[in-house]
Amino acid sequence: MARATGTRNLTMGTRARLARRRWGGFYQERIEPIFLYGRRNPSLIVGLAMLGTLLLFTVIGLFGYAQLEPHTNDPSQNSRLDAFVSGGAPVGDKRLPPSWCTWCEDIAELEGDKKPTLFQYPMGTDTQARDLFATNLRGIPLTLGTGLIAGLLSVGIGTVTAFVAAYYRGVPDVAIRLLTDVGISIPGLLILIIIRIQLGTELLWWQLGAGLAAVGWVFSSRTVRSQVLVLREQPYVEIARQSGMSGLAIIFREMMPNLIPYITASFVASVAGSILASIGLEALGLGDFSSPSLGMTVYWVIQFGAITLGMWWWWLFPLAFIVIIFVSLFLISAGLDEWSNPRLRRQV
Amino acid sequence: MTGRQNPVLTFLSAFFGNFIVQRFLLFLLTVWVAATVIFILPRLTGQDPVKEKLLLEAQRGGSVQAGMNEMAQEYSARLGLDLPIQEQYINYITDLARLDFGYSIAYFPRTVNEIILDSIVWSIGLMTVTLFLAFVLGTGAGALLGWSRSPGWLSYAFMPLLTLSAIPQYMLGLVLMFIFAIILNWLPFFGAYSPGNLPEWSLGFVLDVLRHAILPALAILFSAVGFWAIGMRGMMVNTQGEDFMIQADAKGLNGTRIFVRYAIRNALLPQVTGLAISFGTLLTGAVLVEVLFQYPGLGNTLFYAIRVSDFFQITGIVMTIIISLAMATMIVDLVYPLIDPRVKYTQS
Repeated sequence: MARATGTRNLTMGTRARLARRRWGGFYQERIEPIFLYGRRNPSLIVGLAMLGTLLLFTVIGLFGYAQLEPHTNDPSQNSRLDAFVSGGAPVGDKRLPPSWCTWCEDIAELEGDKKPTLFQYPMGTDTQARDLFATNLRGIPLTLGTGLIAGLLSVGIGTVTAFVAAYYRGVPDVAIRLLTDVGISIPGLLILIIIRIQLGTELLWWQLGAGLAAVGWVFSSRTVRSQVLVLREQPYVEIARQSGMSGLAIIFREMMPNLIPYITASFVASVAGSILASIGLEALGLGDFSSPSLGMTVYWVIQFGAITLGMWWWWLFPLAFIVIIFVSLFLISAGLDEWSNPRLRRQV
Repeated sequence: MTGRQNPVLTFLSAFFGNFIVQRFLLFLLTVWVAATVIFILPRLTGQDPVKEKLLLEAQRGGSVQAGMNEMAQEYSARLGLDLPIQEQYINYITDLARLDFGYSIAYFPRTVNEIILDSIVWSIGLMTVTLFLAFVLGTGAGALLGWSRSPGWLSYAFMPLLTLSAIPQYMLGLVLMFIFAIILNWLPFFGAYSPGNLPEWSLGFVLDVLRHAILPALAILFSAVGFWAIGMRGMMVNTQGEDFMIQADAKGLNGTRIFVRYAIRNALLPQVTGLAISFGTLLTGAVLVEVLFQYPGLGNTLFYAIRVSDFFQITGIVMTIIISLAMATMIVDLVYPLIDPRVKYTQS
């Protein structure tokens, strides 16, 4: 046996201890607490795992599917991922059930008489012959991206306004408070409908995100402001102020670390809210018609009456992705609540 | 100082310090801000809704475009769109104060108010019933879930409820429509009554309306029940830590009495504030559910107004929703201190 005699007789525990020493305590100090915390806060871990799996699926799918040979001889289609574009007269196999679904009722309109192979269309095609697997793969990042941009912007604006209000007090505080009070009671979706109709142009995914942030920042501002007001009265902030720390230093070095859980929770909430609103806008027909985002798929599903046509594959897959996105974001925000408000621990 | 105070000033400070007055002013401010935003945005983009609508009609009808400009001017003069912008604004605000939204462009001789009145009945019917049912069912479920002496199997119901509340209403609507209207063919999947039926007060018609309302109502209900259940569960958990609960136990009262008279009664009140918060989300969600089921309420009317870009009708519907929401939240805010003696609005 070539195995070194020194380690052969060691028990598992000793081996782990050795490994731990080699990590230089890094595992014990940094990694292990995460697992221990995860056991106490399963919803955060489950939520993150769901979102991570979805992202992994999308990334692998996007790279893997692009490698397969395109469906048609159309030179404008370089890869299968181009197959969601429906410019001009739709060409190709229409209304095809997922090709692995051998028991599905056949309502397809094939272009040629060639039967599709087993994994040619993993999620079937729609009435305009778009490959729905390609559509969904491209749609998930677009929908998540809209939410991400909206979330980042609204949390950014919300945090800055909250600090301005809390720092200057007086008139800015009153103005910002009134603005958020008024903004919260006006449904942002309706204002966006008006904006979008007046712009007349179709909004790209990031423009939609920016628009959602323009009406959604009031929620973040209110959440963060209420926490800043609590923190401002804390003794350690008072000590920092009296020992001559500058305002910015107090904000970033003393208050920010305690605000991070709230800011993160507010970020997740506004991402979820923005995705909900963006899908709503797109389903109302106010999205980008050339975009394959999940909301636009919902729009086409309603427009073409996919449900009455019995084309379950058209709406079931985007629905599943949307549900995964919302449930994972919900679990993450529930987990963050537990993190930021330890009093809730083991109660809720 | 013993000097007499100015009676006018005393009256003014008492008047504006009054919570009811302040709340009413906030309501006016909200409506005014929303109205102004809706007025200014279209003017910023420099588009002419009347002319655009006429051009669209001309393109559709294929008629000659000669005399288009004269026609547009005639319409603009009739609708008051050729006045200077300050006068337009003043007219707009005074019309709004009288709840007059002018004429619909798409159905010209009809006023927006007539169209809104036709559709709002269906929306109010659908919304009040579902809101009430969701509140009762969700609060009941939440109370049982948060009660520590509930049977153990109940806790398994929590995760499905959470998941349901995270799914958008129109997504649930899609699934319900597929299962109950297409596969099982139990219920109709569009409209508010069967096409052949004329609205009348007969048992058959009422039953027909109810049958049509079940699916859209269930779609709204499912996600709303989760919302109420989560809030109620949290409040029940908090209430059980209160001293009066221990006292009730010590008095030897039976479990049902403690549950109903002590726990639920105290946990229920903050749920009412949830009402105010949920109106907005429920209503915008319901707009999409109506579109999905082609239910002839405000949401569906808004959808058709968007499709024919009937700007006055869109503004009218959006303002109607905003005003009714602002009014509902104001009423909840004003009534709340009356039913919960623990909350008192003091003069600040």
